Amino acid sequence: MNAKLTWIKDRCPHWLPAVMLAACLAAAAGTVRAGDTTAAQQLERFSAQAATPGQAERGRIFFTSRHGGEWSCASCHGNPPTSAGKHASTGKPIAALAPAFNPQSFTDTAKVDKWFRRNCKDVAQRECTPTEKADVLAYLLGLMR
Amino acid sequence: MNAQFHRLPSHPSLPWAAWLLLALAAALPAQADERQLLPANTPKAYTQECGSCHTAYPPGMLPALSWQRVMSGLDKHYGTDASLDEKTVQQLAAWLQAHAGTYKRVAEEPPQDRITQSNWFRREHRGIDAAVWKHASVKSAANCAACHSGADRGNFDERGLRFPAGLDERHRHAWQD
Repeated sequence: MNAKLTWIKDRCPHWLPAVMLAACLAAAAGTVRAGDTTAAQQLERFSAQAATPGQAERGRIFFTSRHGGEWSCASCHGNPPTSAGKHASTGKPIAALAPAFNPQSFTDTAKVDKWFRRNCKDVAQRECTPTEKADVLAYLLGLMR
Repeated sequence: MNAQFHRLPSHPSLPWAAWLLLALAAALPAQADERQLLPANTPKAYTQECGSCHTAYPPGMLPALSWQRVMSGLDKHYGTDASLDEKTVQQLAAWLQAHAGTYKRVAEEPPQDRITQSNWFRREHRGIDAAVWKHASVKSAANCAACHSGADRGNFDERGLRFPAGLDERHRHAWQD
């Protein structure tokens, strides 16, 4: 080892490299668990379930229309959903929905399912169909900077 | 080197009255400290799930029975479906029970189990004109963060108060009392 750098070796415990490796692996495992998908993969997933590809224009109409209730998707997520939205009742800020404006969007399958389930119930008083979900994903993915 | 740097200054003993005051200050409970109303052990799920649509309300603000009702009716949560998986519901319900009712010795269950309908809340906010709650920057009394800039961290200290954008200046007196 370079004479100038031996001071590191002298001062670090012998088990440090092993601990650092373990920490790196743990961090990597953590991210794999949380970010297990992408918006594009979710579009594929719902298009496969619907047996038809999602259509962006149909998705835009669905997203911005009311469906028998007080709210549309846009009521909280904005129109277009390319900047932070605001909860229609509470005013709480909601991170931007379009993936090009929010890298976290649609990267966790469990969250995608949960929020579709709850928010479709708020807007349409029922679960959204796979076609509707595919259309919405197609619309959101089409929103570019 | 100058010799005086090597001599530590002696500690003059404080007058006994000052020690007494210090002891009293240390003994007073920190319960009503508005800077820290969210417990240190707040589960991540609480902030992520319950704090996604509204302020993550400090559990001490409602009595245990109110929290019990809230957690057993999440699918009909003040007009929306806030349901969660059973495991998370149990985890959060237990935590809420453990920390319920610690703020301002809250005992009464408010109407509809709404914090904003509690007697203590109405007393604290009695100076706020009705028009303020309806203003676009505020939306509702449940939107703590509209004025309490530290609400999402459980900090409701008066020093963190802000005047919502666009609100008429004649309302400002309530922020200054």
